[in-house]
Amino acid sequence: MVSVFQSARLQRLALAAGLASLSACGGAAKPAQMAPMPDARVGLKAGLNDAGEAISNLNVLSRTPSPSKFSSAMNSDLAFTGKYAIQGNYNGFMVWDISTPTAPVLASSYYCPASQNDVSVYKNLLFMSSESTGSRKDCADGGAPGAVNLDRVRGVRIFDITDITKPKLIKSVETCRGSHTHTVVEDPKDRENIYIYISGSSGVRPAEELPGCVNATPDKDPNSSRFKIEIIKVPVAHPEQSAIISTAKIFENLQAPPRHGETTVDIENAAKAAAAARAQGKFTASIQGSEMVISDNFIKPMLDSTAKANGHAAANSADSTALRSALPIMVAKMFGGGGATAGPDQCHDITVYPSAGLAGGACGGYGLLLDIRDPAHPVRIDAAADSNFSYWHSATFNNDATKVLFSDEWGGGSAPKCRSTDPKEWGADAIFTLNNGKMAFKSYYKLPAPQTANENCVAHNGSLIPIPGRDVMIQAWYQGGISVFDWTDASHPMEIASFDRGPVDSTRMAMGGSWSVYWYNGAIVSSEIARGLDVAELKPSQYISQNEIDAAKTVHYDYLNAQGQPKMVWPPSFALARSYVDQLERSSCLGAARIASVRADLSSAEKASAATRQSTLSSISTQLANDARNSCDAPKVQKLMDAVRDLGSIRP
Amino acid sequence: MTPSRARHIAAMMFAGCMAVRSLHAQAVQPTVAVAPSSATIARVRADSTRLPYTDADVEFMSGMIHHHSQAIVMARMAPTHGAGPSVSTLCERIINAQGDEIRLMQQWLRDRQLPVPAATAGGMKMKMGGMEMDMLMPGMLSDEQMKQLDAARGLEFDRLFLTFMIQHHTGAVGMVNDLFASKAGAQDEAIFKFASDVNADQSTEIARMQKMLAVVVFEGRTP
Repeated sequence: MVSVFQSARLQRLALAAGLASLSACGGAAKPAQMAPMPDARVGLKAGLNDAGEAISNLNVLSRTPSPSKFSSAMNSDLAFTGKYAIQGNYNGFMVWDISTPTAPVLASSYYCPASQNDVSVYKNLLFMSSESTGSRKDCADGGAPGAVNLDRVRGVRIFDITDITKPKLIKSVETCRGSHTHTVVEDPKDRENIYIYISGSSGVRPAEELPGCVNATPDKDPNSSRFKIEIIKVPVAHPEQSAIISTAKIFENLQAPPRHGETTVDIENAAKAAAAARAQGKFTASIQGSEMVISDNFIKPMLDSTAKANGHAAANSADSTALRSALPIMVAKMFGGGGATAGPDQCHDITVYPSAGLAGGACGGYGLLLDIRDPAHPVRIDAAADSNFSYWHSATFNNDATKVLFSDEWGGGSAPKCRSTDPKEWGADAIFTLNNGKMAFKSYYKLPAPQTANENCVAHNGSLIPIPGRDVMIQAWYQGGISVFDWTDASHPMEIASFDRGPVDSTRMAMGGSWSVYWYNGAIVSSEIARGLDVAELKPSQYISQNEIDAAKTVHYDYLNAQGQPKMVWPPSFALARSYVDQLERSSCLGAARIASVRADLSSAEKASAATRQSTLSSISTQLANDARNSCDAPKVQKLMDAVRDLGSIRP
Repeated sequence: MTPSRARHIAAMMFAGCMAVRSLHAQAVQPTVAVAPSSATIARVRADSTRLPYTDADVEFMSGMIHHHSQAIVMARMAPTHGAGPSVSTLCERIINAQGDEIRLMQQWLRDRQLPVPAATAGGMKMKMGGMEMDMLMPGMLSDEQMKQLDAARGLEFDRLFLTFMIQHHTGAVGMVNDLFASKAGAQDEAIFKFASDVNADQSTEIARMQKMLAVVVFEGRTP
């Protein structure tokens, strides 16, 4: 019999192997620090209701405090339907009529203490996430103590908002890990059902509280509640029949190199390399589902010891076979018994983009790209890991689905990660281009204004602003405020507008700031954790023209859940055509004389009668076709031509 | 909190930091104990009436301060012990993240006028059978292990650091699980959120460290 290696022995051997190949171990290449810069956001006066403010290229239209039942609890996420903004709060939710953005009016509220109470809407239904162990089925105060408590509800609560002034709780769908957030997914092929992807990073509930929940890892119990996402099917006409229908194992066989660009192909290649190495008599080991070839330096002393233990002068094939069978046990020991099954086992947030058939999953140490053309069965098509990311928080696609932006909510939103000493790669956004279902990392974007140590600050929720021809986004940074930035050039994102307040408290860390901020039918609506609801609008600047803002306002949503990204479509408008002209002027991809001429022609077309307009538009198009041949941005000129052509459909 | 009590805590923390500093050049920044305003205390009291915290919560927050403090002492060795680039980056992240979390835990305790442990890497003082003992929280390194790590350099430091930090993080994840399994733990929203974050963060880092350790051990090079 071969002696079983003890971990201490293994460590000594590893030490020997390690020392033998000790190479240059320089210091880490430090990520660049955020450059100190004169910024109006630095040094703002603190205060809950009277903090100093710095506003750039925005008009803040209203600042509305939460009503008293909700003001002591944190505000959370937002959803929109019709003229209403629905604001989650750790004490329930509030419905605001924002048809007059300068004076939002509270239309109704629902008291129901839980976290995070993130909300989504679909037609007459409202969904709300409940994760904390203190959430009660009856929405009462007092919590739900005990490891097992049958009054507890963790999952998704469903409300009927047919009369939005009187929301009615219909059902709570319980899930094994509760619901930190959730995502409503529409199936373009099936209008009778919608799906809800559950994201939750909390612990698994005991089976005594919710039958069927299993905390053990899948290798120990195939029914494990971990390493998968739960999916609820909601029959739109019968929401009371909503139930969990399936789970998606989107995490299987992921590996985690501390670099960008990991893919399933990497895993396959590693397996191939390992098989080839084994064929040559090399030793391999499996770490987190990925195979590695073990260096001879490591194996030689172990093989010698095995031979010695078996009384052989030199290692023979029996010793080699024995070592091969003992290796997995040794590997398991070395990695604390978790060598094979570690890795992400949940998602924090999933953003779906149904019109592109894609979803971005922010799951543990990974950003996942999912194919959701069959919404009940999402499939992972790519994965990225990043040593600068803590755990991945959420995703936003650009409108063309040629880029995806993932955010890293380092510190969970409670920590001050925007100090001048915090690296700009940490707690930031990572921007990737998408090509044939593969992600390629391009750059990081982080709020450029340093914040104090008393302000929780990190990348959080945001949405696209429908500026045609550009990728412009607004994003919440907690007490870092809100930041509008352009990521059209994926390698060089740039801030173009912002709104920030001073700290809630100058003496201590007190939670506050923008939880989420979204663009909805022309309004920028921000859920301020401690201060209530803020509504703002874009102001023209050197970065965004009035035409671009006007064109953005032509994009209309009947409702919006930012985690279910709608495809933005611009109806024909003179503002749309002029936006492209402004952009060609900014990039100098159309000469100044031509810019002036197109603008003049568009003005006369706008004022002209139907017949004259048509001929003016045709003449503009003909000239633009010439311009396209010489422009440094022919695709943009083409967009302008399309916009001009579509103007023909507008009646004067 | 009375001013004299605040001074006492500040002094305790400062003393704790001095002890750490003597061991390893740099130490956790002492946090200034600021007495919470009456408004803060009122708010916290209101929260606590709604969802009272338990002994399990207080033990978790107090114990995790020591736990995190040791992680920071370990991570601060990187520059002087020839850590490789990936381990150095990991160490900087641990120092940053866990330093902030220590301040969060201390503030949570201070707001509830509970004793605030200094950010020292030793064990938690516990009374057992009338005797005060130093209890190491799960996963914390023994004195022997700390010496072993302190004596290591270069690739061997990487290997030991990763091995010990996996052990250390696994202990923290275990503490979170224990808290959730306790009778009435983590009802408080702040603790629920913090414990869930520790779980997510450290599980992610364990996976990352296992991968790095495999490179050190099997390929004999710095990851």
